Amino acid sequence: MQTPKEVLIDPIFNNNPIALQVLGVCSALAVTVNMSTTLVMCAAVTFVTTMSNVLVSTVRNRVPSSIRIIVQMTLIASLVIVVDQILQAVAYDISKSLSVFVGLIITNCIVMGRAEAFAMQNGPWLSALDGFGNALGYSVILIAVALVREPLGSGTLLGYEILPRVADGGFYYTNGLMLLAPSAFFIIGLFIWGIRSWKPEQVEEPTYEIAPNMQYKEAM
Amino acid sequence: MLEHYLGLFIRAVFIENMALTFFLGMCTFIAISKKISTAIGLGVAVTVVLAITVPVNNLIYNYLLRDGALAWAGFPDVDLSFLGLLSYIGVIAAMVQILEMFLDRFVPRLYNALGVFLPLITVNCAIMGASLFMIERDYTFAESTVFGLGAGVGWALAITALAGVREKLQYSDVPEGLRGLGITFISVGLISMCFMSFGGIDI
Repeated sequence: MQTPKEVLIDPIFNNNPIALQVLGVCSALAVTVNMSTTLVMCAAVTFVTTMSNVLVSTVRNRVPSSIRIIVQMTLIASLVIVVDQILQAVAYDISKSLSVFVGLIITNCIVMGRAEAFAMQNGPWLSALDGFGNALGYSVILIAVALVREPLGSGTLLGYEILPRVADGGFYYTNGLMLLAPSAFFIIGLFIWGIRSWKPEQVEEPTYEIAPNMQYKEAM
Repeated sequence: MLEHYLGLFIRAVFIENMALTFFLGMCTFIAISKKISTAIGLGVAVTVVLAITVPVNNLIYNYLLRDGALAWAGFPDVDLSFLGLLSYIGVIAAMVQILEMFLDRFVPRLYNALGVFLPLITVNCAIMGASLFMIERDYTFAESTVFGLGAGVGWALAITALAGVREKLQYSDVPEGLRGLGITFISVGLISMCFMSFGGIDI
């Protein structure tokens, strides 16, 4: 049995949803071009994951297992509709720039995956912690990617200038690649490399070993 | 007129590729691309589901949900568009279920080949994403059919390409920390860069 602290802390680096479980990469990468949309996205995902885990865990003993997926989907979709409506009312510009990606939180594998894997077996309190922890693990990766992409891509962070651009009389040539899709893949790949060098137990086994060099005599 | 649809199709397949430009369907894209044969099967299934669900959702949006859409039933002032997300995911889940039963009954070979991937398509972001893009860009019924088909073909193309790369990558000597997931992400980045060279095409 895991302690509440482990449930909360583990997903951040030891069992990160993006870097190890490969969940929730879908709607994540496209929003990391600048920091403010990234933060809003993280907040939305944190809210939805935590709440959906609590709700699913509360009804887990009353729902027959044959219809549980539909029930989970409905709960998650309702939460996302709430988030979407709030965003449109409070922060319309950001909601516009996130475009379809708020709606896509429904199909974000983290939400569904945690509801299915954790909340169906545990009580509401632990499930809330698990949802929150996994959302934190997701946010850590997203914020790290945005921290690289926004300054290098447009010389700003949260809209404030930190690297003065050549176009504005500064010294920094902006790197256009950072604004495009491929850079997010490269950064996440390198980030995974970093985490796995730090925690070697996450390294995957190779499918084929390279044979050691043959001795001269054997080769004959 | 035909040119318009052809252009839309080409754009959906190459320029605005679901997986490589919008990062949609990434979970399945990365998790199930180890072998070319399964990748092709999954690609076909996604294409079929996309080509059906996008037009169906288009009808639902235009005749039930959008502002004033219920005028034919005598409710000209009703705006149900906030129910959108819930109905699209419902349509997708139902479609996948129907497709599953249909394949099981009439094409058991394809059904067995796809196995567990079929129900997984429900939570594939590419399907949901295509429906949401269709709403955002205000496609007509015919346009959304073409768009759904194109998006599916593009996604299938991308996952097949990645599976091909990964099959070869198994034999190479990759640094320890990059093995598996890390190198896959970097390969996807490179494929995505290749697809960007289609950017200027316009028909």
